Amino acid sequence: MTSELDIFVGNTTLIDEDVYRLWLDGYSVTDAVALRVRSGILEQTGATAAVLQSDTMDHYRTFHMLERLLHAPPKLLHQLIFQIPPSRQALLIERYYAFDEAFVREVLGKKLSKGTKKDLDDISTKTGITLKSCRRQFDNFKRVFKVVEEMRGSLVDNIQQHFLLSDRLARDYAAIVFFANNRFETGKKKLQYLSFGDFAFCAELMIQNWTLGAVDSQMDDMDMDLDKEFLQDLKELKVLVADKDLLDLHKSLVCTALRGKLGVFSEMEANFKNLSRGLVNVAAKLTHNKDVRDLFVDLVEKFVEPCRSDHWPLSDVRFFLSQYAASVHSLDGFRHQTLWDRYMGTLRGCLLRLYHD
Amino acid sequence: MPGKLKVKIVAGRHLPVMDRASDLTDAFVEVKFGNTTFKTDVYLKSLNPQWNSEWFKFEVDDEDLQDEPLQITVLDHDTYSANDAIGKVYIDIDPLLYSEAATVISGWFPIYDTIHGIRGEINVVVKVDLFNDLNRFRQSSCGVKFFCTTSIPKCYRAVIIHGFVEELVVNEDPEYQWIDRIRTPRASNEARQRLISLMSGELQRKIGLKVLEMRGNAVVGYLQCFDLEGESGLVVRAIGTACTLDKLSSPAAFLPACNSPSKEMKESPLVHPPSHGCRSTHNSPIHTATGSRLTQNFSVSVPTLIYTGMGSGSAGKEGGPFKALLRQQTQSALEQREFPFFTLTAFPPGFLVHVGGVVSARSVKLLDRIHNPAFVGIMGNTRSYKLLDWNSFNSDEPETRDAWWAEIRQEIKSHAKALGCHAVVGYSESTSICEEVCILSASGTAAVLNPRFLQDGTVEGCLEQRLEENLPTRCGFCHIPYDELNMPFPAHLTYCYNCRKQKVPDVLFTTIDLPTDATVIGKGCLIQARLCRLKKKAQAEANATAISNLLPFMEYEVHTQLMNKLKLKGMNALFGLRIQITVGENMLMGLASATGVYLAALPTPGGIQIAGKTPNDGSYEQHISHMQKKINDTIAKNKELYEINPPEISEEIIGSPIPEPRQRSRLLRSQSESSDEVTELDLSHGKKDAFVLEIDDTDAMEDVHSLLTDVPPPSGFYSCNTEIMPGINNWTSEIQMFTSVRVIRLSSLNLTNQALNKNFNDLCENLLKSLYFKLRSMIPCCLCHVNFTVSLPEDELIQVTVTAVAITFDKNQALQTTKTHVEKSLQRASTDNEELLQFPLELCSDSLPSHPLPPAKEHLESASSNSGIPAAQRATSVDYSSFADRCSSWIELIKLKAQTIRRGSIKTTVTVEKASPVGDGNFRNRPAPPCANSTVGVVKMTPLSFIPGAKITKYLGIINMFFIRETTSLREEGGVSGFLHAFIAEVFAMVRAHVAALGGNAVVSYIMKQCVFMENPNKNQAQCLINVSGDAVVFVRESDLEVVSTQQPTANCQSSGTEGEVTT
Repeated sequence: MTSELDIFVGNTTLIDEDVYRLWLDGYSVTDAVALRVRSGILEQTGATAAVLQSDTMDHYRTFHMLERLLHAPPKLLHQLIFQIPPSRQALLIERYYAFDEAFVREVLGKKLSKGTKKDLDDISTKTGITLKSCRRQFDNFKRVFKVVEEMRGSLVDNIQQHFLLSDRLARDYAAIVFFANNRFETGKKKLQYLSFGDFAFCAELMIQNWTLGAVDSQMDDMDMDLDKEFLQDLKELKVLVADKDLLDLHKSLVCTALRGKLGVFSEMEANFKNLSRGLVNVAAKLTHNKDVRDLFVDLVEKFVEPCRSDHWPLSDVRFFLSQYAASVHSLDGFRHQTLWDRYMGTLRGCLLRLYHD
Repeated sequence: MPGKLKVKIVAGRHLPVMDRASDLTDAFVEVKFGNTTFKTDVYLKSLNPQWNSEWFKFEVDDEDLQDEPLQITVLDHDTYSANDAIGKVYIDIDPLLYSEAATVISGWFPIYDTIHGIRGEINVVVKVDLFNDLNRFRQSSCGVKFFCTTSIPKCYRAVIIHGFVEELVVNEDPEYQWIDRIRTPRASNEARQRLISLMSGELQRKIGLKVLEMRGNAVVGYLQCFDLEGESGLVVRAIGTACTLDKLSSPAAFLPACNSPSKEMKESPLVHPPSHGCRSTHNSPIHTATGSRLTQNFSVSVPTLIYTGMGSGSAGKEGGPFKALLRQQTQSALEQREFPFFTLTAFPPGFLVHVGGVVSARSVKLLDRIHNPAFVGIMGNTRSYKLLDWNSFNSDEPETRDAWWAEIRQEIKSHAKALGCHAVVGYSESTSICEEVCILSASGTAAVLNPRFLQDGTVEGCLEQRLEENLPTRCGFCHIPYDELNMPFPAHLTYCYNCRKQKVPDVLFTTIDLPTDATVIGKGCLIQARLCRLKKKAQAEANATAISNLLPFMEYEVHTQLMNKLKLKGMNALFGLRIQITVGENMLMGLASATGVYLAALPTPGGIQIAGKTPNDGSYEQHISHMQKKINDTIAKNKELYEINPPEISEEIIGSPIPEPRQRSRLLRSQSESSDEVTELDLSHGKKDAFVLEIDDTDAMEDVHSLLTDVPPPSGFYSCNTEIMPGINNWTSEIQMFTSVRVIRLSSLNLTNQALNKNFNDLCENLLKSLYFKLRSMIPCCLCHVNFTVSLPEDELIQVTVTAVAITFDKNQALQTTKTHVEKSLQRASTDNEELLQFPLELCSDSLPSHPLPPAKEHLESASSNSGIPAAQRATSVDYSSFADRCSSWIELIKLKAQTIRRGSIKTTVTVEKASPVGDGNFRNRPAPPCANSTVGVVKMTPLSFIPGAKITKYLGIINMFFIRETTSLREEGGVSGFLHAFIAEVFAMVRAHVAALGGNAVVSYIMKQCVFMENPNKNQAQCLINVSGDAVVFVRESDLEVVSTQQPTANCQSSGTEGEVTT
């Protein structure tokens, strides 16, 4: 006796969250059944393995049918085939677009192309995430990217509108899309200590301040690209380190303000010029795409690592950066105050976030 | 020109990409009604076209309005080649033809293609202007309301229940026309869909005409089925109950109509107002009837069993004259009727007086039309049938089929008479077809009805108690309707445990729902009997003979199984009994489902005893006693599980209703014995009689084992196949309707009956287990209206389809009203007891043994007199003796040990519906932040006639849809499971869309009448046909009721997506 056909269709589509998770995690039906057995469900419910197998198959089939709709979530809302309560729809979408930290760290800032897709095998081996799940996550990134790529207006809003994601997840996707678009390097060894959250935080700041949309939301542009004009202008900041007097004045202003308030004052004083040079040079180099990509590498190399080697506590970093940014306003010879604020405001936020072990 | 149909095509969405180059579609729409077609403009390059067409107007006869569906075809425009069809929508405009139903159909409909499934949606608005006077109406049957619901619909009142209406139409199946060889599968499927839709419309119109003739205005319990007879055609047939209904009140005033919730419930179908009375008894003697008749060249009418109940007949003293009067009245009311049948399963209070028992009839027919010499002979009573088209020789068919059914109905009628009943309620008909053999089955419950409802003009609104007061108590329906001294079969009668005045049988089987005011102890449960029998492959007559020879055995065994299982559950009555016999190439399958309950009015069922055949063998004895212990344990466990704790009534009070305990005697009969002895075959199991299973061969062993293998549902789950679960009444509002289909392939090697039985049993049990598992999140819940359908699509395939609804209930909610109610009835019962003390109940003991009734003989005789085919006759009689022999070796009557009756808590089915605060109404309203803009309204579907926690405020019309889906890329669509899963989901979606477009938010009395699945994996092909029906309704949550009633309930149609443009 073999089962040829075995289906269950409810007027309200049944969604088992546990099975959904297993499906999203890319387990085959057999593996999923084994995992469910291990979870003790048979003992709890008194079911048999055959029942579990049939149930799992059924859910997998449903998910498979739903997947097409999940690719365009508004369709899931308007379709008539599956009657799913709104809260469940939201759950389906949210979980489908959720991603693994380990995975996203691997592809963050990489071009979302076919070439990368081939690397998924390696990522899967490295992270222990099933290839299927990697594919799904990668395809999600790519799909979101494709849809919002050419769109005007707020990146987060666009994502939210077209994929019906929660605010939190939409922000994450905005970061992913932003990173992919600007191809920020995140994979270098010295960046390994950074989490996706760190990058996402920076991305948000950059989107808010450094893109065209940040200046004028009516503009015919998007949140995805950095404001080219702004990047060009950043060259002007070079004077802060190039002009010896200005640099000295800046240093003395900062030192005066911070004397006695900083635990690492002497280290700061000794390193000021290096640090300032580092930060300003990063800005000046951003005209080149290559250097844009290396932004995070540079920040870590030029600022985070030196401070860390001197064991600056975070509070000192915060004091220093505030003072460092603010003192520029007192430099009479410096004319690019607004530009400096736009640059340093974001950079300060980023650096504080990046500064940890 | 009595009607103008207006159609507007608004927009489309989610269309498929038809042009690969642009990834877009140039869509336009053809709107066709009858022979008129309109087209919209082509909307270029869009997957979401906005046609916003003008109003297309069709001026049509009302006859066409009833028959024809509106056909909407979406196409992709192609300048150079033929336009490609994207898909179609058929809209039945019937609901627009009654004044009270929907006024407009407006909403998003899935665009359906028989090859690709649903491909996007289209927004359509449909209206009908009927500018004719009422007389005109009467000519066609526009305005007659149809309901699938098998009780008086909730917002109506039955003025008169007229009775049975039936009709059938026949046509050639397009799939078997010569043209099918050259046309595409799509064209063939669409031709079939259109034809069935057309035939359904015609059928409905004709039934409507009959209803008007009877001066009714509605059909309740409308059941339409189609038989795919292959080469010999396609039959669409329908039965129903004609009624004159009165709208209870204007929709705005639905509250006043039922001031208190509990009273309200009374009117709702949930609590079908039954008769008065709750003493039910039932006895299950088997009444064998055999007859073989020749209608066509070949047909065998199979001996049928009647599962009867016994009633108290004329025993009651004061009740006597009144009853006789009643009977006379009823008789006269019913006599004018050809068939006093009612498809209802629940009745207005006072309608049902007594219930006799289940009556059923089956007949095996050959569909072979071509070699049919006898076929002209039976056409005496010609009726006129309008043929749809095609061959004229087809026109003989309706008469043939009609005659077949008439014959079966006649048999049912005579069975009912034999039980002292004038009417049959809970009546239904079905067929099973395999190649050229067709089994026609009909079954129902013999009953005595109150004439008030049956006569024209006599009833003046006194639906309520008046007359009932005179009648016996609420146990009346259990009392035997037949004369005790002239019982149609041997049975054990006792005095009703409730009123103590009338006689009741010991077991009661019925096809109806449990009457609402019946007193039930504990909870009910689903009881199934499952059976397979191998048969040789054969052709034509030989095949039909083989089948008809097997049928009585199957009926018998099914009955035995039911009885055993009922006793094992410690219960004494079955409701909603449905026995399905399915015929396949090489086997017959029998599946009986019913809901077992313990009726307080009936005696406590006896236990089951096992008798060994070779008493000397010690280890064998031990084995037997072991089995016996297991059975006893199971009974005890079940009693606990289902909370069956009948109140303790000492033996003296009851009296001893049973005759002198018989000696434990075995009825032995040899093959050669004449049929006279068959009459001694007494399958009744009186109160005092334990059911004895004799283990004399492996077969019997198997049976005992299978009894014990039925696993009770996990805790928190209950199941039944009736509308409501006896003993549960605090439903909360979460419901989940579902369909589950399983097909298993049998390993063809040496199949034996035992192996087959085991496979089938496992299939059903596993299916149930899967359901319990899947729905575990709803615990505590009850599966209601569990409906199993078995089919045998191929040699080694068994297909089981289940549709049911899971309803949650509140475990803890105590129901004060119910309790007091029960207490009262208990009090009454006990006072009755005292009065009865004086009577030694001798009547019963006298009457019982003296019934050497010869039912089988009678019927055999009638059979021989009727039968024109000697061969068939011979076959039947031979079967009979062996049948009897078998029975005797299995079953005997012995004295029952003292029964244990414990006092305990009692629950009845009087229901108080509580609106749960956590309905999914709330669910729906809670806007999940990102998804708040959902436009798809929720449409509930349920096989029940009510929605828990809600009130039905309007019936919008009948939904009756037929779909075909075919694929030539089975593997790509996920194999058979993927294919069927998607298709059923699509069918649900289309039903919901139609309901939403009518302005409704639920389908009640939903039923999947057919699910025919065929596959050819080698060719990567599969095809499936599904036929569903139900009543589209508007419901309002009870929790919302107050709000709505103050605001005037206009906002019913919260569903469909069309916004403003509806108001033209």
